[in-house]
Amino acid sequence: MELRKNYFADVRKDDLHEIGQPRPRSDSPGHVTGKTAYFADRNFPGMLHLKMVRSPHHHARIRSIDTSEAEKHPGVVKVLTAKDVPHNVYTILILIQVGPEDETVLADGKVRWKGEAVVAVLAETERAAQEAAAKVKVDYEVLPAVFDMEEALKPGAPLVNEYHGQNYYLYDSGECRKVRFGDVEAGFAEADHVLEQSYQSSPIEHAPTETTGCVVVPEGNDRFTCYTNTQAMFFTLDNTSIILQMPGSKLHFVGGTVGGGFGGKVDVIVEPIAILGAKLTGRPVCFIYSREEEMQISSPRAAEKVIIKDGVMKDGRIIARKVTGYTDAGAYSRHSPYGAQKGAGHYPGPYTIPNVWIDTYCVYTNRTPSSAMRGFGVTIGDFALEVQMDKLARLIGMDPLEFRFINAYRDGDMKAHRQPTEGAALIECMQEASRVANWPVAEKYMAMSSYKNGA
Amino acid sequence: MTKVPVQFTLNGSEKAEFIDSGTTLLNALRDKIGDTSPKGGCHQGTCGACSVIIDGELRLSCLTLAETCNGATITTTSGLAEGGVLHPLQRAFLDTFATQCGFCTPGMIMAAKVLLDHTPNPSREDVVEALSGNICRCTGYEPIIQAVLSAARANSQNAA
Repeated sequence: MELRKNYFADVRKDDLHEIGQPRPRSDSPGHVTGKTAYFADRNFPGMLHLKMVRSPHHHARIRSIDTSEAEKHPGVVKVLTAKDVPHNVYTILILIQVGPEDETVLADGKVRWKGEAVVAVLAETERAAQEAAAKVKVDYEVLPAVFDMEEALKPGAPLVNEYHGQNYYLYDSGECRKVRFGDVEAGFAEADHVLEQSYQSSPIEHAPTETTGCVVVPEGNDRFTCYTNTQAMFFTLDNTSIILQMPGSKLHFVGGTVGGGFGGKVDVIVEPIAILGAKLTGRPVCFIYSREEEMQISSPRAAEKVIIKDGVMKDGRIIARKVTGYTDAGAYSRHSPYGAQKGAGHYPGPYTIPNVWIDTYCVYTNRTPSSAMRGFGVTIGDFALEVQMDKLARLIGMDPLEFRFINAYRDGDMKAHRQPTEGAALIECMQEASRVANWPVAEKYMAMSSYKNGA
Repeated sequence: MTKVPVQFTLNGSEKAEFIDSGTTLLNALRDKIGDTSPKGGCHQGTCGACSVIIDGELRLSCLTLAETCNGATITTTSGLAEGGVLHPLQRAFLDTFATQCGFCTPGMIMAAKVLLDHTPNPSREDVVEALSGNICRCTGYEPIIQAVLSAARANSQNAA
């Protein structure tokens, strides 16, 4: 690997001992010998299998639940419904005061997405649990559902989540996160060209090779050991403590080995109910998503819609940018209010624009709840922004890379959300990209620097 | 449920168990015998994480009934290292950073071993074809392909 020395030479010591050097991964010897212990590699005598009865409807009221036939099924040890969960309504980010609690561990009176957990069945074998789950009778009254974010925001749309009271997350800034910088309308009036485009994405499933799950063992000292592949150990421990109304000192979480996560294992979704099952039966419990559940039930990346309106001058300067972003949380918040907020902070991208207006909405629909995935809140936004940049360059007949040099943020530039730019290396990254990709740009751009006094 | 006896050789050791009829080889290996190196990623024969070698052939243990393996010779990734010395494929996976989360790794190594047993000097296309039944979500496959090619080169140098 080549470490070029011409960038930022004044602040570089070049005494790097690790960067640029191959070093063995500490976990690889376990991986190649099959000795790495994933949560499902723990097997305990008398372990019960947990299977979930799930909603077949996108939106429905639950009139009644009859578990009597399931309870009689051979091998069934326990059947759990909402009334068994000590604190059934929760939300993950309550730990950092981002409420309200808006999601049920087991559905209580209503389901808001197709696949929502309604009844948990614990049995001696996976097969018995599956068969018994099929015998649970739930009487539903199907309600109108909404799947499109802009439809959900219209007056008269079905109300997805009563804990919010409207189909968007109410920030302290109001119905959306807002950034206001300069005068965007004056910018559009002054611009040589104005281009408004909209960009949309579908939900994306992480599809880890190891599905979500946990194995719980009740210990002799009244504690519970939970082997889990969560990516969010302490979020999970603390939320489990709240849901089960159990001191955290009773919960011993063992994790750190994850068979692929990509953000898909940050929800608190299998551990609380499996620990409750272990508590109420006194037996070890495993709750492991099937591949179908991993694909259909686990949170995907949110669907997003991004509308970008730009005012650009013939010389290449973007002088106004207005962005409206919609993040589809699905039926529950999970991490999406944070994702939508990140979007607001991330626009208008790594460019210095004097007039900016940003609104980002976190919207509730009757779709599968979305959550974290690799750069959620900004990845789709970056796709939209960079496609928009290419379109703008084409509009004014400019090379797309040179167009980005003109607009790139540099140290000292004020960003739209009032943070001065520091340590920007975008100019240098693009210079190196230009060189490596053999995409030449004019010499004046190769002479630029992120230090504004440099060039 | 009816119990059936099964007996086979696993990584050089004789194993005998009574299992429920219909138990997959994957579950028998993991839950009864305690070899957790084959992984259950899909339990429907599409991800390759459960791959093992039965009588020299690559097999998906999640689609193989344990009771059909009577008298078979079975190899799993946990049995590849001899006397604490890594198999050349294991060494190559380490050296080329072909593991990330590691969940697909035992299955990948099984598929690669069957390839090299039959085709000691594979082309890149041979490697891609041989690994095509194994899903990796972390690496993008390239380091794994390089690991297999590098193990093949190491083998042929040792043979020369």
